[in-house]
Amino acid sequence: MSFLEYRLKQAPAGLRKILFINWPLVVLVTAVASVGFLMLYSIAGGNLDTWARPQMERFAAGMVLMFIVAMVPIWFWRNMAGLAYLVAFILLLFVEFFGEVGMGAQRWIDLGFIRLQPSEMMKFTLVMMLAAYYDWLDHKKVSRPLYVLIPVLLTVAPTVLVLMQPNLGTSLLLLLAGAAVMFAAGVSLWYFGAVLALGVGVVVSVFTLRGTEWQFLHDYQYRRIDTFLDPTADPLGAGYNIIQAKIALGSGGWSGKGFMQGTQSRLNFLPEKHTDFIFTTLAEEFGFIGAFSLLGLYALIIGFCLVAAFQNRDRFSALLIVGVAANFFFYIAVNLSMVMGMAPVVGVPLPLLSYGGSAMLVLLVGFGLVQSAHVHRPR
Amino acid sequence: MRRTARDSEETSRVLNRRTLMLGGAMSAMVAVLGVRMRYLQVDQADEFRLLAEENRINIRLIPPERGLIQDRNGQLIAANEQNYRVVITREAAGDAELVLRRLAGIIPITPEELERTIEEVKALRAFVPVTVAERLSWEDFSKVALNAPALPGIVPEVGLSRRYPLDHDFAHVVGYVGPVSDKDLEALETPDPLLRIPKFQIGKIGVEKWMEDTLRGRAGTKRIEVNSAGRVMRELERQEGDPGTDIRLTIDAEVQNFAQARLGDESAAAVVMDVTNGDVICIASSPSFDPNLFVRGISHTDYNALMENDHRPLANKTVSGAYPPGSTFKMVTALAALEAGVATPDTRVRCPGYIEFGGRRFHCWKRGGHGSVNLARSLSESCDVYYYDIAQRVGIDKIAEMGRKLGLGQRFDIPMSAITEGIMPDKQWKQDRHKAEWRIGDTINASIGQGYVLTSPLQLAVMTARLATGRAVSPRLVRTVNDRELPVVEAAPLGITAEFLSAIQRGMYEVVNSDQGTAKSSRVVEPTMVMAGKTGTSQVRNISAAEREAGVISNDQLPWNRRDHALFVGYAPYDAPRYAIAVVVEHGGGGSTAAAPIARDILLRALSDGLPPLDAYPASQRGRIESMLNELPLRDPATGVTTVRTRA
Repeated sequence: MSFLEYRLKQAPAGLRKILFINWPLVVLVTAVASVGFLMLYSIAGGNLDTWARPQMERFAAGMVLMFIVAMVPIWFWRNMAGLAYLVAFILLLFVEFFGEVGMGAQRWIDLGFIRLQPSEMMKFTLVMMLAAYYDWLDHKKVSRPLYVLIPVLLTVAPTVLVLMQPNLGTSLLLLLAGAAVMFAAGVSLWYFGAVLALGVGVVVSVFTLRGTEWQFLHDYQYRRIDTFLDPTADPLGAGYNIIQAKIALGSGGWSGKGFMQGTQSRLNFLPEKHTDFIFTTLAEEFGFIGAFSLLGLYALIIGFCLVAAFQNRDRFSALLIVGVAANFFFYIAVNLSMVMGMAPVVGVPLPLLSYGGSAMLVLLVGFGLVQSAHVHRPR
Repeated sequence: MRRTARDSEETSRVLNRRTLMLGGAMSAMVAVLGVRMRYLQVDQADEFRLLAEENRINIRLIPPERGLIQDRNGQLIAANEQNYRVVITREAAGDAELVLRRLAGIIPITPEELERTIEEVKALRAFVPVTVAERLSWEDFSKVALNAPALPGIVPEVGLSRRYPLDHDFAHVVGYVGPVSDKDLEALETPDPLLRIPKFQIGKIGVEKWMEDTLRGRAGTKRIEVNSAGRVMRELERQEGDPGTDIRLTIDAEVQNFAQARLGDESAAAVVMDVTNGDVICIASSPSFDPNLFVRGISHTDYNALMENDHRPLANKTVSGAYPPGSTFKMVTALAALEAGVATPDTRVRCPGYIEFGGRRFHCWKRGGHGSVNLARSLSESCDVYYYDIAQRVGIDKIAEMGRKLGLGQRFDIPMSAITEGIMPDKQWKQDRHKAEWRIGDTINASIGQGYVLTSPLQLAVMTARLATGRAVSPRLVRTVNDRELPVVEAAPLGITAEFLSAIQRGMYEVVNSDQGTAKSSRVVEPTMVMAGKTGTSQVRNISAAEREAGVISNDQLPWNRRDHALFVGYAPYDAPRYAIAVVVEHGGGGSTAAAPIARDILLRALSDGLPPLDAYPASQRGRIESMLNELPLRDPATGVTTVRTRA
């Protein structure tokens, strides 16, 4: 818990730190983001300015931010964890009451130069907070009910706020990220078993309470679940997204239709093709080879993160890295399951590819934290 | 609170173990995603590729331009004209109903039409264009174009639609086109996909219907790429279809126009045939109607007016009307008797004004009788008793045989609707039809074209053409298809003894040209146009014995629909026959007064280039004829405008 734990003399300092940055990770992230630029360029019908250029600018800004975050010693971030969490939580409360309404949900605060999505911020501040918590906690007490209840509350409180926005996708991701950190920290598997059982119970009650005054979800969320279960029931309505996405994916075949040749996206059959459904365009134009390669790149990013976590003997750092990696992974898993018709459409973007500013920035800040942990790891 | 190194070791181990588990779970999930990807993109690729193509490619038909119909000289009878119309697409309109109501405020749309269109728009898929209004004036069309910003989804279009510039003259011949009905589709085994195009028009009756396959042409196709909204993005491939084939009829539009005008308001029919090749020069049924009304979709009021008219404008009397031929049938009876050898042209029969068979008395039209009558006189003065006598000697079967030989009781294959076969009765026919013995009285009635005998004006014209030539002339209505003359088969000789035939022709000459002839007032004095013919007056009611005693009520005193039909058949020129004609004036009274003058005028019109030459009429009639001709509402061939011409 003290700076003295680090052997400062061996730790890099000043600009030399740049040499100790996990460069393969930077390259991989840039590679995936570049695939995104390519796809945005293609979806816009060969127009750079529509989506690709703004996305590139944001990526560049994000990279700068990532390096800045990486240069700052990890213990600073650990000390900031509580404050960051608090700020994010207050902002979440703030949007709940004063936020702009977009897409039927209160999601952002307009600061003038950027639309701040506190729910995005919360994803990493929650991980930081939990990592810091477990760093502080004696590991023998990890599974004691009281000490389990604290992180559960830390996770559930923002999750509920996000769910009320309502943003089902992000709240789900928050829950999973919190659980991942708790899991990595060594919380007894019994708890997870119990929660899983409870989850099943909730799912059952969600369906049984449908149509009553106490129904949990919005009607549109129920409909999404319905159409997920049987997309063909309403092929021109709610099932349209899933069917068209699958057609785009499937018609790509082994090697795809070629760059800028995707008929599904170019002719507008694909919904939200530049945001949540961007993967379908990639799969359509570059086929199984392209789609699988992207999956490989994602796996590599996560792999490098996990290896970095192994290498790191600092508990906060390791948990932080695992949390960020898990968060990143859940994004990918939920998004891909969704576009491939394995999960209901819940509005989760594909990290680094989907068009969108604050998600990209927050993600790169997350990687900045990973880098900071890596650079400043105990040696 | 400092942790021991051991503690830290332990913590790391747990963390690493849990991280490993997490990593394992993540790998498993990645594997699942990969497998799913492979399943969709490799295993099911073909199916999805097909679906993507179906999404993207749409095949649209390009309707071909319908073939034109012209008269024998190339005058347009059925044309295609530019049609300004307005089409709505629901997908582009947003609130289609609102847009349509707004449109109704700009151009004239009846509320009834508006409701129908709204229904249609709602029923069809969002991107299917629906025609809202057609045949707009240029002014209305511009108004729509001007107001385009307020009318999303409304597209002004220019298409082709059928127009009949000679309106009334050819309504019965050419018919009209109309939108394909479900009934039309059911009637076809493999309907042309063109017929599924909304509001595609096909021939409904007449030449338009019976030559539909020739006129329609073949649809072109275009493969187009559409976006998710169904909007056309680009054309991938275009295959031009073949436009419909133009056809020329045998009809002379000007003669037709003259005939139609000459028939005027009478419920009547006139058919002129070229005896040399069977060309139908004119086939007019009166009163007529404007076929353009039907193309546009006729209003209830107009339709009811047509239906309720007791002169039946919608009926094509030339081929659908079946009339007792009356005395115009006498040539058949006479020829049958001559050919059978029961009479010669010189055989004489005494006519006391009636004849008795089996206790029944059959009257001649002339109460006092004609005295001693030979063939020529029997025709020219139309003595009935002569025919009663020879008919009962030759028998109905021989008469029917001759009738059929001359073209009665059969259906001629011309492209017109509702062609009647008429009835040429014989013993077998009565047995089949009425389950009764043929009686001598039936023969007597049939001998003068009454009783069961029914003929159409077309059949009478064919009969006359055959009598004039001795050949089996058959009518033909189409002269060229795609500018290629259809071959004229020379008609085979009928095999009637020439001597008998010329005796009949001589008799027909005297009907018009002898001083005793029933049609003597309709003679032609111009030697190159001399007409021969036969009048007919067929009863549509029975004259009871009591009425006969009291004196037969004259036609003038009867209600219109109880009066006799007036008929006339004839041909000209007598010595070198060119045109045969049959005229039927329903309830017109006597054939000599109501039908023969009309026939003469039309025949003369057909034989000359312009109006019938006054020189051809007897001097005493010229003044009356001239003013009559001047008052005919004829169409000016140059402008197409129908005017009552008045000569100074």
